[in-house]
Amino acid sequence: MPVRDLVRTTLNLIRFQPRCEHLLLLVFALGTVLPLGVDGSGPSAENHESNVTHVKKPFPVLSFDYRHVRLPFEIALWILLASLMKLACNKATLALSLASPCSHRDTRIPSSFDTGSMLYQIPSSFNTINPVYGVMGSTACNKATLALSLASPCSHRDTRIPSSFDTGSMLYQIPSSFNTINPVYGVMGSTGFHLIPRLSNIVPESCLLIVVGLLVGGLIRMVGEDPPVLGSDVFFLCLLPPIILDAGYFLPIRAFSENTGTILMFAVIGTLWNSFFMGGMLYAVCQIPGTGLENVGLLPSLLFGSIISAVDPVAVLAVFEEIHINELLHILVFGESLLNDAVTVVLYHLFEEYAGVGSVTFMDVLLGIICFFVVSLGGVFMGILYGLIAAFTSRFTSHTRVIEPLFVFLYSYMAYLSAEVFHLSGIMALIACGAVTRPYVEANISHKSHTTIKYFLKMWSSVSETLIFVFLGVSTVAGPHQWNWTFVGCTLLFCLVSRVLGVIGLTSIINKFRIVKLTTKDQFIIAYGGLRGAIAFSLGFLLDKHHFPMRDMFLTAIITVIFFTVFVQGMTIRPLVELLAVKKKQETKRSINEEIHTQFLDHLLTGIEDVCGHYGHHHWKDKLNRFNKKYIKKCLIAGERSKEPQLIAFYHKMEMKQAIELVESGGIPKIPSAVSTVSMQNIKPKRALPQLSKGKEEEIRNILRSNLQRTRQRLRSYNRHTLVADPYEDAWNQMLIRRQKARQLEKRMTNYLTVPANHPDSPTMTRSRLSSDPRGYSLKLNSGNVPAIVVDPASSPSPESVKLLDESSKPGEEDEGIVMRAKLPDSSRTDENVFSPGKDSPKVQCLVRCLSDPGPPPEEDKDDEYQSFLN
Amino acid sequence: MGAFHSRHVENYIHDLAEKTGFSVEQVEILHRRFKQLSRDEDTLQPEHLYSIPDLEFNPIRTQIVAAFFDKRNFDKYSPQGTVQEIGFEQFLTVMSHFRPLKLRMTEEQREQLRLEKLQFLFNMYDLDNDGKISLEEYRQVVYELLSKNPKIGNESASIADAAMLEAARTCMGQMEPDQVYEGITFQDFLKVCYSLFVSQASLGFSNEDLFVKMNGFNP
Repeated sequence: MPVRDLVRTTLNLIRFQPRCEHLLLLVFALGTVLPLGVDGSGPSAENHESNVTHVKKPFPVLSFDYRHVRLPFEIALWILLASLMKLACNKATLALSLASPCSHRDTRIPSSFDTGSMLYQIPSSFNTINPVYGVMGSTACNKATLALSLASPCSHRDTRIPSSFDTGSMLYQIPSSFNTINPVYGVMGSTGFHLIPRLSNIVPESCLLIVVGLLVGGLIRMVGEDPPVLGSDVFFLCLLPPIILDAGYFLPIRAFSENTGTILMFAVIGTLWNSFFMGGMLYAVCQIPGTGLENVGLLPSLLFGSIISAVDPVAVLAVFEEIHINELLHILVFGESLLNDAVTVVLYHLFEEYAGVGSVTFMDVLLGIICFFVVSLGGVFMGILYGLIAAFTSRFTSHTRVIEPLFVFLYSYMAYLSAEVFHLSGIMALIACGAVTRPYVEANISHKSHTTIKYFLKMWSSVSETLIFVFLGVSTVAGPHQWNWTFVGCTLLFCLVSRVLGVIGLTSIINKFRIVKLTTKDQFIIAYGGLRGAIAFSLGFLLDKHHFPMRDMFLTAIITVIFFTVFVQGMTIRPLVELLAVKKKQETKRSINEEIHTQFLDHLLTGIEDVCGHYGHHHWKDKLNRFNKKYIKKCLIAGERSKEPQLIAFYHKMEMKQAIELVESGGIPKIPSAVSTVSMQNIKPKRALPQLSKGKEEEIRNILRSNLQRTRQRLRSYNRHTLVADPYEDAWNQMLIRRQKARQLEKRMTNYLTVPANHPDSPTMTRSRLSSDPRGYSLKLNSGNVPAIVVDPASSPSPESVKLLDESSKPGEEDEGIVMRAKLPDSSRTDENVFSPGKDSPKVQCLVRCLSDPGPPPEEDKDDEYQSFLN
Repeated sequence: MGAFHSRHVENYIHDLAEKTGFSVEQVEILHRRFKQLSRDEDTLQPEHLYSIPDLEFNPIRTQIVAAFFDKRNFDKYSPQGTVQEIGFEQFLTVMSHFRPLKLRMTEEQREQLRLEKLQFLFNMYDLDNDGKISLEEYRQVVYELLSKNPKIGNESASIADAAMLEAARTCMGQMEPDQVYEGITFQDFLKVCYSLFVSQASLGFSNEDLFVKMNGFNP
């Protein structure tokens, strides 16, 4: 009986450590309350009983609908509780081991492991969870790996490397109602079309995925089975949240908040206008006798209008990310697609209810308007609530780094589900949660966990996106279609007309208030970028066939509109953007200068506002900031990091990033802590060097990275609980920063790979380096102590670096040292052909690589590299 | 205000409005504020500004106050130096640097105004008016920015150094080994901040009533 064990362990722990008992008890209490609902009905007990009563609710839209989110909600909750428990246990045992000095340090890992692993077993004692994970996981994974092993050898090197990881984990989420073959095809498609670079230049990814879906659907048809349809539950509970969370977490807050007015205008009024225009016009068309549409009433057509009028974030993201449009337009269209969810939810539920009842009074309209505020603000509130809890939790995770990323995902997913339970806007909840969590969590968690979060989000969202489009294609083949020329044609026409009219009308109002006007080109792109997508399809799919006998026709029309927007508009938007010469996105890597100036400007504007006594935008921003700094940060961020000003935090982050880049590019710590504050006045940067092209640089970096990682792996023993042993991490970070400083003076380190940056004989260089800082070599020796440094000689054939390292090499680093010495003749050869880069260096490169890294067979990569160098 | 206004005062306000680009109402609002700040005196002194309670938490308070008493901000061609007190006209002139771009301006006028605004900003950094933001000056600014923080230590200096280095790299490109980067000139300043002000320019709504906005740095 795991529960009894749990109680025993809990009690034991409490007896040992009274301080953590509150947290444990809380978790435990939560855990005992919730599972009671689970054992009765398995996941198969679907909500098919349609006992919808046709009585008007006192308050429309809102309801309590726990059943359809129960399974994912409970899974999420269980995982969350388990990890919270683990957190608490870890804290407790840690405190224990600290309290009793005689106890071994090692004891804490086994004991926490005990409770942890026991906790993992709890969920599986419930039969609801077990089959889904067990069966689905194993079968789907098998298929996926099979497909990947087929697809990956021929796929590009850089495009989808993590996808082998993707598919495996993502496929867990697909319930068994799907034919397991399909996701496999989807994955094949997504890796496969990267083979054809020219095609993907013209056609956006989303189109290709839909085509793949269509083909797969056709195949299944030919085999004689029924192709699966993209179910609404799967879509809303599994596929959509990762995409939205990704969007919310990486939302460019500043751009978003500065354009909030415009975005809200488009999202709320624009969507309202679209749906009412569409609904009204369609109703008018349906009244024309002879079209066979007389049975479509006003409310159903309005409902249809509200479904079809919302711009879809998934489709917009898929297309806009590829065309690299400037930030303003991107945030306008994308922000609109996110925020119009509240409007869509309200309109959809309102019209659905009223269509069931059949009459609308003035009161209903009023309530509908109130509903809108409740739904949107409620969603945001839910998101903020969970976001704050997540931030608060992350405060305590410093001892269990491994599960840190999990909290971000779990809490935001629960925010989404909780919002969905009450029919609030789940999308807005997710966005709010992501945006609130990020600053605090980022300050709390370790750098690695942050990277993990980043990658996981990207990975999940890209896989979900792929699956959504593929299933859209498959569903097209599967669905029962009812084609009506008039209806479909009119829908398409009105869609375009209403969008164009709406955008033109709204911009003419908005432009009165904007400093930077939206030009005609911008308006065109905004109107043209209004793509419809899978959300509309799923909403249409949700309609009840009994109340809406024209559902099939609706679905057909929705699919047509989606296909039109995704294919025609999605494919032509890129050439149009180029034709119109719309401003493209610049490479905006924020520099420290900009950060300083932005802060300066912010304070300046606030100050001027104070002087002239007018309170504006900046005043409130300032107040909020101060409040945040004073109270919230103190509660949510652990330790002294909460006091770190933004500028310093930014500086540290940048330092870290550059350090990593430097290590990845194989920099050598030969220049010491360079930005010595004294010698700044006479900075003497390096002479101009022939620059490598971006592509080659990237290639080199890739090679180095793979080398680096393998070498690093050899150095560290694997530990499940801590990713890296702690003393190492500190030393490693120290060295990273030192190297980053070295980079400041050294400029582009990567150059020396093909063209040695400093010829050892160059007198000016030597002089300048020696005179600029004489402590150079001593520091070098210092950093030699760090074990990770041995990575470098293996990956850099620069003559100078080798020489320097040779001087300082220690007997301690033996195996690496041998490699390095063995390489010396090679590097001297590079020395000779300084001025013919690209011809011989790849050979050297490969040779070095083989020598330094016994892992991969050299033949397979050689051609690749060779080619990319010669090209 | 009508009853108390003599024709003379009205003319005066009108002139000021024309000169600074504010509307008459805005001038009147600012005049009231000026009187309030200076406690009904004709001139404003630094202490008056320092006593504004909201300004107390502003990390760059000294810089802001100094900008009001900097001669360079009154007139383009005036020499450097500071004054001890300013009249309403100077106050208005300094304030006029913060008014938003008018909607019906021509592109050249806008460009002109933007340059003036940037020059104003530049002057706030460039304390000794030698046309360059030297490292010392930059460090001072960063120090002030971080001054509300109890424990900064050497951090501010190294941030300023890194920023300076970055500026040198973006502006000078490749330098000769014995070349020395003395400071950020106004041209460099424009270059460094270019992308920043592009994004600033994409600010959304500007409140017409609130004329204190410095946005509109559209290149």
